[in-house]
Amino acid sequence: MAYSNKVIDHYENPRNVGSFDKDDASVATGMVGAPACGDVMKLQIKVNADGIIEDAKFKTYGCGSAIASSSLVTEWVKGKSLAEAQQISNTDIAQELALPPVKIHCSILAEDAIKAAIADYKQKHGG
Amino acid sequence: MNYFQLFNLPAQFDLDLTELGSRYLQLQRRFHPDQHAAGSERDRLMAVQQTANINDAYHSLKQPLLRAEHLLALRGLKISHEQRSFTDPSFLMQQMELREQLAEIEQSDDADAVIDSIERQLQQQKKQLLQQLSAALQAQTAEQDQQAADLIRKLKFFFKLQQELELTEQQLQD
Repeated sequence: MAYSNKVIDHYENPRNVGSFDKDDASVATGMVGAPACGDVMKLQIKVNADGIIEDAKFKTYGCGSAIASSSLVTEWVKGKSLAEAQQISNTDIAQELALPPVKIHCSILAEDAIKAAIADYKQKHGG
Repeated sequence: MNYFQLFNLPAQFDLDLTELGSRYLQLQRRFHPDQHAAGSERDRLMAVQQTANINDAYHSLKQPLLRAEHLLALRGLKISHEQRSFTDPSFLMQQMELREQLAEIEQSDDADAVIDSIERQLQQQKKQLLQQLSAALQAQTAEQDQQAADLIRKLKFFFKLQQELELTEQQLQD
């Protein structure tokens, strides 16, 4: 199956790979997985006092589309408020990366990962 | 289609695989298109169709995860094509750690020892989850069926890890 140029670019030069200290109060972590393909995705955000996402990192074990989807999301969320980041949808991701229908679940995984990270942040900060 | 019925076996997770194998051969022989070569066009088509069903059924029943999925589907719980993300954080954290160990094998001084250690963890976890799956499926309650579905999802991650481990082993040998 042919990957789009954008997927290949993110796959070969993934942005923001790595981890933050999960015990840092400004850091929140989203962990999600896709049973069908066994992909595992960790997406972390670092949120400043104004509720803006200052930085983001990810670590994904999966196919090229899953890596590209999470890499793209870490780029997109930087500088966004939590409410803005919450709006990112899998269709935006799939469209940007020109994902074929069989790879749509990779973009769903990335959307769920950022939503899980935001939920983790809210839980850490009492609401 | 009920694959258990096709093989005339009880609809349960714990199957006698030897029995499954011999019934498969019997059915295959009975419906082999060569046996129906002299029959009508309709007979021949039916035999071809039936052979395909028998092969699909055997393929599904012989593998524990597909067998469990089929059993749940017969009870009205279809999970084989779901696209929902799995979100159990502690389970996923463990998966992430195993994946990290796997990724570090190549840099390790004693790759064989690391492979053995991961292999042991995988086998142990798989065995435990399969036992839980068997118990959950035996209960035949809606709640335990949901539990079984979750155990299948977890097992899929372990089977994927197993594949990745085998791939890594092959690459090291090359």
